[in-house]
Amino acid sequence: MAFIEIRDLVVQFTRISEDGSETAGKKAIDGIDLDVEKGSFVAVIGMNGSGKSTLAKCLNGLIIPTSGKVLVDGMDTSDDSHIWDIRRRIGMVFQNPDNQIVSSIVEDDVAFGPENLGIPPEEIRERVDNALKEVGMYENRLKGAHMLSGGQKQRIAIAGAVAMKPQCIVFDEPTAMLDPKGRESVMRIIRQLNSEGITTILITHFMNEAAQADRIVVLGKGKVLADRTPDRLFSDMELIDRAGLELPPLIELREVLGLSDSIMTVEDMISELKKQCR
Amino acid sequence: MIRDITLGQYYPGDSPVHRLDARTKIIGTLLYIIELFIVNNYWGFVIAAAALFAVIALSRVPVKFIFRGLSAVFIIIAFTFLLNLFMVDGRVLWHWKFLTITYEGLSRACFMAIRLVLLIIGSSMMTLTTKPIELTDGLEKLLKPFGLIGLPTHEIALMMTIALRFIPTLMEETDKIIKAQEARGADFESGNLLQRAKSLIPILIPLFISSFRIAQDLALAMEARCYHGGSGRTRMNEIHFGKGDVVAAILMVIFLAVIIASRFIPDLF
Ligand SMILES: Nc1ncnc2c1ncn2[C@@H]1O[C@H](COP(=O)(O)OP(=O)(O)O)[C@@H](O)[C@H]1O
Ligand SMILES: [Mg+2]
Repeated sequence: MAFIEIRDLVVQFTRISEDGSETAGKKAIDGIDLDVEKGSFVAVIGMNGSGKSTLAKCLNGLIIPTSGKVLVDGMDTSDDSHIWDIRRRIGMVFQNPDNQIVSSIVEDDVAFGPENLGIPPEEIRERVDNALKEVGMYENRLKGAHMLSGGQKQRIAIAGAVAMKPQCIVFDEPTAMLDPKGRESVMRIIRQLNSEGITTILITHFMNEAAQADRIVVLGKGKVLADRTPDRLFSDMELIDRAGLELPPLIELREVLGLSDSIMTVEDMISELKKQCR
Repeated sequence: MIRDITLGQYYPGDSPVHRLDARTKIIGTLLYIIELFIVNNYWGFVIAAAALFAVIALSRVPVKFIFRGLSAVFIIIAFTFLLNLFMVDGRVLWHWKFLTITYEGLSRACFMAIRLVLLIIGSSMMTLTTKPIELTDGLEKLLKPFGLIGLPTHEIALMMTIALRFIPTLMEETDKIIKAQEARGADFESGNLLQRAKSLIPILIPLFISSFRIAQDLALAMEARCYHGGSGRTRMNEIHFGKGDVVAAILMVIFLAVIIASRFIPDLF
């Protein structure tokens, strides 16, 4: 059994008109089947409005499926009695770094999740310190959150999730509002957490970030358009066009130069170019 | 500029003042404010100021840091000083055209200004030496008795935590909106009072909208972090009374007695 199992998932929002009557709106998720294995690194990409955030919120029961099922570690997200067990297993980091920090002081914010779980004070302290060290923000633990840069705030949000000791973290476009430096630091932490065994689901619209995953799921209009490894996805130009995506800069360069499909990293490219120049 | 505001900002440290229970500091501050209004002559202010300086020295918060964020507040104090100075009737001390300073006016103005300065520095000492979360935890515990009659104490404390957290964010947001409107030719500085009030509407509406967006995002983020109300919650730093708090309580009682006694000694001037 996979860690997360999604079966025939449909999410349909209801439209409430001014007179209070409800009609069925459009389907944000329209029949998705997906398995995520423990410890894997899955990227989810797709155009705006393709249902990425809605899918993310289904994973920890922030949105309950209209029909179909989401199972986390065998527990159904629509079963109220398991909701807190599911949320402590699946941490979540959102796009806007400002709007997910609850407390003014860095360490107090990181403690918010463990406090909700009712963990004893000494253990919270230990978890908070470890989480802050993990994201390289331990020195800033007593700073005001509003004094930090966007990238640093996002690292605090990650530490807040890590302190709950989740088995999986879902990142919903965590780098969308950051500068290149902040983006790089956040991606480094995401890779590091994944290498430590945390199942990672990364929603992004940066193709070079998606290319770092084991597997890329392409969404379009609430459906899965493709689910494959980065190299197999980026060699399918027809699909890339259809899903309205762009290639990562490196792959684009490779395509323009007409080099072999096996080039996936900067190192590959350098050695290939050296060979060609000789 | 917004990042410099110290009112309501924490200055990390490990002084005896920092280590006091938040409840002690809340009660102490309230008491201090009341005492400033008990004072009726300059001796009282001398004593109150000395006590405040002792607390500042003990807290090891740099004086420069305390005053840095208060410049805007001091403008207001200067304004009330001038208002009092020229508006009170009595024995004339100085007269020039329509401006008259009376003996009573001068004394009232000085009195009010000193009182306000001490009040503001005194209450900012509380926020400077107490983490916002300790402050709201302390408040929650102090309000506990009212919980029995149905006051939602946990919710009030959480609201304060969030308000303190988002004041800087909303100020930055306001700054951004004003700049954006000015870039489109909006004018916030001229016209009469009514026109100026009207020109604030294009600032307030976007600010409201972004507050709603923040509230929506934050509620989701809190739910994702297993927030489910105050029951079953623990704290990383459980606040509790210690030896320092006993000492502080004794000092506070002595200080109250001294302040009351000061009413009966002849005034300095
Ligand atoms: N709370 C909501 N109410 C109504 N419609 C929504 C809501 N959230 C999302 N949608 C709609 O669902 C679709 C998918 O949205 P979303 O999951 O946010 O897409 P993405 O994250 O890929 O940009 C969009 O058409 C959006 O308008
Ligand atoms: Mg989205």
